[in-house]
Amino acid sequence: MGLSAYLTLAAVVFCIGLFGTMTRRNTVGILLGIELMLNAVNINFVAFSRFHGSEIGMVFTLFAICITVAEVALGLAIVILLFRMRRTATADHIDWLKG
Amino acid sequence: MTLEIAAFWGFAAVLVVAGLAVVLSKNLFHSVLWLALALVATAGVFLSLDAEFLAAVQVLLYAGGVVTVVVFAIVVTERLVGERLSHTSRRVLAGGAVSAALLALLVRALANASIHIPKPPLTGDLTRQIGMSLLTWFALPFELLAVLLLVGLLGASYFARPEE
Repeated sequence: MGLSAYLTLAAVVFCIGLFGTMTRRNTVGILLGIELMLNAVNINFVAFSRFHGSEIGMVFTLFAICITVAEVALGLAIVILLFRMRRTATADHIDWLKG
Repeated sequence: MTLEIAAFWGFAAVLVVAGLAVVLSKNLFHSVLWLALALVATAGVFLSLDAEFLAAVQVLLYAGGVVTVVVFAIVVTERLVGERLSHTSRRVLAGGAVSAALLALLVRALANASIHIPKPPLTGDLTRQIGMSLLTWFALPFELLAVLLLVGLLGASYFARPEE
């Protein structure tokens, strides 16, 4: 398979994730969209790394995966905290910073 | 060679279908299960790129860890509110238009770019090379990652503390 096949696949997955992030009302649903987008970027990293003949891109993918895991854990902790305080998971209802 | 192409297209089809199901499913729990399938299909794509170690990490950390944490969060929040969570979409047309425009832009740029380079043959064990770079050239970022995970652990347990 050529490099452009992998890059096109990653672009499709990224746009699907972007669609989910923009259209979901539930905060957990938004997080799932962000997961898809990060995943697409990882595909790009690995494909470029393999076609370049160097393992550095795969090391970066490892870093990206670990940082994503920390991000998901903290994001869900924030969602649960908001739930306790406001009884809502809808992103449109979380508007305390509005003047 | 033909097996590799068939595997790529199979995993790519599963990945795209599962991704669409994640963003379109009406049930939040089903969305998470579709995400698990999408992440496993991504591990398959990594396998077709000879990255066995990354495929294993993807399945263990993502499909195992992240999906479990998200399921926990859904169970906890549904119990807190005592009813099913609403999981609808809004502004589907505008979101779809923006996503489709970005996709068209990216595909056009990829079609115009001259990136028809052949896949170089594997030189040695990729897993061994990844381990060598992690503990030599990338030793400091590797240690920083441990600090980041500790900070994430502390932050998550601080947020999730019982109310005074």
